[in-house]
Amino acid sequence: MISKLWMGRLVALVTGGAAVSTVATVIAIIGIIAWGGAPHLSWNFLTSAPSHGMTAGGIFPAIVGTFFLVLLMSIAGVPVGTITAIYLTEYVGQESRIGRTIRFGVNTLAGIPAIVFGLFGLGFFVSFVGGGMDKVLSDGELVWGQPNILWASMTLTLLTLPVVIVSVEEALRTVPREMREASLALGATRLETIWKVVLPQSMTGILTGGILAVSRGAGEVAPILFTGAAYFLPELPKDLHSQFMELGYHIYVMSTQSADVEATLPIQYATTLVLLLLTFTLNFSAIFLRWHLRRRAVR
Amino acid sequence: MMTDSAKISARKLNLHYGDKHALRDIDLDIAPHQVTALIGPSGCGKSTFLRCLNRMNDLIDSARVSGTVLVDGEDIYRKDIDPVLLRRKVGMIFQKSNPFPKSVYDNVAYGPRIHGIKDRKSLDQIVEKSLRGAALWDEVKDGLGKSGLALSGGQQQRLCIARAIAIDPEVLLMDEPASALDPIATAKIEELIWTLKENYTIVIVTHSMQQAARVSDRTAFFYMGEMVEMDATQKIFTSPSQKRTEDYITGRFG
Repeated sequence: MISKLWMGRLVALVTGGAAVSTVATVIAIIGIIAWGGAPHLSWNFLTSAPSHGMTAGGIFPAIVGTFFLVLLMSIAGVPVGTITAIYLTEYVGQESRIGRTIRFGVNTLAGIPAIVFGLFGLGFFVSFVGGGMDKVLSDGELVWGQPNILWASMTLTLLTLPVVIVSVEEALRTVPREMREASLALGATRLETIWKVVLPQSMTGILTGGILAVSRGAGEVAPILFTGAAYFLPELPKDLHSQFMELGYHIYVMSTQSADVEATLPIQYATTLVLLLLTFTLNFSAIFLRWHLRRRAVR
Repeated sequence: MMTDSAKISARKLNLHYGDKHALRDIDLDIAPHQVTALIGPSGCGKSTFLRCLNRMNDLIDSARVSGTVLVDGEDIYRKDIDPVLLRRKVGMIFQKSNPFPKSVYDNVAYGPRIHGIKDRKSLDQIVEKSLRGAALWDEVKDGLGKSGLALSGGQQQRLCIARAIAIDPEVLLMDEPASALDPIATAKIEELIWTLKENYTIVIVTHSMQQAARVSDRTAFFYMGEMVEMDATQKIFTSPSQKRTEDYITGRFG
């Protein structure tokens, strides 16, 4: 029988150890990636296309592809997410059945594995919507009915929608009830109140939601696997039905599909570093905005 | 009964918050161009009653209202009445001053803009007139572009009054408008209430009996969701007809 004193020490050791190992993992990942990737990182690497079977050259098409992918995703996802959040906070009660149902739906959506979104995107956007468009618009000629940047970004939109909804909801809730009442008491409609009082005061939160969604979306490979990402495509996407390269997918391809995986290693490290820097920057700016928002809410 | 000449009259007004019966059979008339004070201990229903008069209780999911409230003889709880239009006629000042995080000018111009006035000159006039009406013009005329939140507490509350009168309502509902203010700022608000009643019918909820005595023509005493009695303010404070009113104003409870 160990004494309570030793039991206490043991618990502290185990919990502390678990915490330390989490931090150590983060440091190890960043350390290894930075160590391996930094030497290869150069202006040329960022601005040129891959060459020699991806063993040389840069990742410019993948950066551009990622950029447009998340841009399209934001254009679709931020408005839809914001509108949903508005509906949830301004139109239905916190405890109402419809509010709870929608929230349950949002939470469930957030829990669906990314690969399922990828398959859904292939079935729904590429085959059903795209294929349908081709039948109607181009007599069955293959234009929209194949994987492309539009369908990939729509698939990502679905995946990141919960992120947007939750952060915008949080932002809308920081607008005090008194503000809404002041506006309504002046004979403003609910819509006018939302448009002129609530939304202007929630811009930071909407921005945070957008950034978090982008950072989440930029790191996902599974949803775009079947819906638009290209294995190797040195030219940039020209229109909405082009395929594209993407950072995460590029890493996957280099590490599993390349003819000479060893030779692509430095590029893999450097690409991963770029992806990490990108998502970290986005995450930290979201954290900063959120902190700013919370501080305002307290005042 | 003074229904004919009353600006507002409530008849058999009941309000439930879920299971809680917050207002019981309220019959009450409010005369035009007078200040009517609603007094009573916390939770007696006076603020709830006030918020029935511009249908602000509509915003609370669990609130159910029955009975009638007539404003200018029209039942504001009728199905085809738009509360948005009602609120243009019946304005409200809240307990906690709540200017928008916008400039002084934009705060006052908010209502008029919503109601379709876009012309800069007309807006300028309305803003000046409303700020003068709220006795704030001289203090802010050089800083109309400054944030309304930069004003002092008392100024913020007068800004809210200016904002409310900018849409030219007929009734002003005031929910303890001075409860968060210091005595000097309170005195200014009370003075303002006196001048405002020339143009508006005012209903004021107050915790302070002295304030009710100072600003109002008539006073209604609420207790546990009931309106115990209503009379000329002087009568209420000198010789109330109900024992409960007397107990309250002499400080025996509340």
